[in-house]
Amino acid sequence: MTRETPPEGHLLNETEWHTLRALADVIVPPSEKYGVPGAGDEAIAKTIVKDANYGDKLARLIAALDTLNAMSQGVHGAEFALLREDQREAVAFTFREEQPAAATLAEQLVTQCYYRDDRVVASLGMELRPPMPEGYQVEQGDWSLLEQVQKRQPFHRPAG
Amino acid sequence: MPQEPVDVLIIGAGASGAAMAWSLAETKMHIVCLEQGALMNPLTYPSTGRDWEARSTSDFATNPNVRGLVTDYPINEDDSPIKVANFNGVGGGTVLYAGHFPRFHPSDFRVKSLDGVADDWPIDYNQLAPYYAENEKMTGVAGMNGDPAYPSDNAPRLPPLPLGESGKVLAKGFNALGYHWWPSDTAIITEDYDGRAGCINLGACGAGCAQGAKGSADVTYWPHAQRAGVELRTRCRVREITVGPDGMATGARYVTGDGVEKEIKAHVVVVACNGIGTPRLLLNSKSPQHPDGLANSSGLVGKNLMFHPYAWIQGMFEEQTDGFAGPHKLMRSQEFYETDQSRGYVRGYTLEIQRGMPPVRTAHTGLRHKRIPWGEGHHDAFRRMFNHCTGMVAVCEDLPEEHNCVTIDPVLKDSDGIPAPKISYTLSENSKRMLQHGVDRATEILQAGGATDVYSEWPIPYGGWHLMGTARMGTDPSRSVVSEWGRAHDCKNLFIIDGSIFVTSAGVNPTNTIQALALYVADQMKQRLANATLFD
Repeated sequence: MTRETPPEGHLLNETEWHTLRALADVIVPPSEKYGVPGAGDEAIAKTIVKDANYGDKLARLIAALDTLNAMSQGVHGAEFALLREDQREAVAFTFREEQPAAATLAEQLVTQCYYRDDRVVASLGMELRPPMPEGYQVEQGDWSLLEQVQKRQPFHRPAG
Repeated sequence: MPQEPVDVLIIGAGASGAAMAWSLAETKMHIVCLEQGALMNPLTYPSTGRDWEARSTSDFATNPNVRGLVTDYPINEDDSPIKVANFNGVGGGTVLYAGHFPRFHPSDFRVKSLDGVADDWPIDYNQLAPYYAENEKMTGVAGMNGDPAYPSDNAPRLPPLPLGESGKVLAKGFNALGYHWWPSDTAIITEDYDGRAGCINLGACGAGCAQGAKGSADVTYWPHAQRAGVELRTRCRVREITVGPDGMATGARYVTGDGVEKEIKAHVVVVACNGIGTPRLLLNSKSPQHPDGLANSSGLVGKNLMFHPYAWIQGMFEEQTDGFAGPHKLMRSQEFYETDQSRGYVRGYTLEIQRGMPPVRTAHTGLRHKRIPWGEGHHDAFRRMFNHCTGMVAVCEDLPEEHNCVTIDPVLKDSDGIPAPKISYTLSENSKRMLQHGVDRATEILQAGGATDVYSEWPIPYGGWHLMGTARMGTDPSRSVVSEWGRAHDCKNLFIIDGSIFVTSAGVNPTNTIQALALYVADQMKQRLANATLFD
């Protein structure tokens, strides 16, 4: 991963930004098979930071990233983002095990941004649009399945 | 018309306040409703943007502590495994509800007589039946007549929501086991109705319906009530209900959106703030005449808090399901609704089908239940799950217990400095057994329908959608807060009309019953106004 500085006006410092991108890539790595980027992609990571800036989420995300970095420093003596891929995975999985609340926050933020990225949405066969105003088609389905229940005698309980 | 005192002050513009306002409007009285939230603008609802799923974790989150809008009040939920779901704005919780709109069963009003637990209601199904019908007409309900789990109601219904692919696999499961299921009664119009456009399957019902097809009270009752002359004042948060030397309500003190403290005088005060907000307001309205809070001589204001504990059960299928498209609710089962002592618990539950999940929710669910991993394998696992899941929730009847309660938090306050509520709630052993039974039966149903993998959880932590019981109705003033027609025992010009007045919770979603009760109380008021006995 390149070590460019965070975008101007960014809410994370440089270490936090790189840690976030590295962690996001561990959670959702890029896939050649499906032709999609990892969640550490710069555009997706910017969206993650934007979404985190609500209520106390940003503070909790930063605390989570700090914890992850502290774990990385403790085991390998280096920032999480600077570890080899296998080392990052091992530290991240330990983080998930030992810090479930922090890990859940991170994975929720990462995936809520990843799964609305145009490239990812297109790979799922979805149209690149919000639900409104076109909406969607849903088949009526097979109402003959109800016939079995319609033959049943009333079984509600009398009120006494 | 003199401005004040107004004839009727309604506090809260949600499901019950809206129904009451509309019903009373025909009297041509001067009616004012104060609502702490804003009038909603469907053009800004999440489904109009690409970030529609993400906004369910921020400004359209169901939990007020997560949402944290200036129109919200915080709730101390530390002592409850179930967190509150609500919304503060015109329409209240109906802005975010899924629209499931069943009636209670006749037996739900007779729990003590039938099963020896809790208490009977002071009214019965037959008394409410005409108000259910009126409410369903005002709201627009999709469904199908002839459900053998209910007495015949002959209510006009719009065509049912589509079964879709999800309904197909689930119906096969229910049918294989010989279990009951039926198309849901849902407050979602499947064709144009009362000036509103029919459902177009946005699939985002739980974050406000931008189409206006979901029957939230802001699009059903409020346009009619306002046209009939009811004055709706938004961004007005009531601090306390004021009383006179005789202990009667005289109006309310409130704070406007720009922080101005105001007072309004009223001949009649109606509280419609839901099962948390109502006891909060009453307990915050202490006076020499009502030292323990307004209408609280019984000590029961805030007691007997009931949710519906929810179990959630989902299966993965080889077949494609409906995924993110379409209303969440499509069918229900009441096979296990009534008491069967052999099951190890009393009362019962409804199984409510949930159609499928959009991509973000698929990811969150898959990660939480370890069906989707971090790293290697994430994409394959996600694609196995996406558009291949469906399932259900078990909506369990919660019995009233006084230790489950709403009190005033000694420290926490809202943005206007008004003391905030604290909830204390413990799941009963009866509820735990019922939840597990629901999980076991639903698992069988999903497997019978062809599920290759089933996963579940109970209780749903953020599943406190239904807030009931904290100002219960009854005929005995020492055992209830309001009379059988909604008037406070302690204060003859104070009425309570929301889920607080429920005696028991039944095992179905409460909104239809909340609104039917509000219409019933409104009719009781009108009758007594006509013969000058309202304050007797």
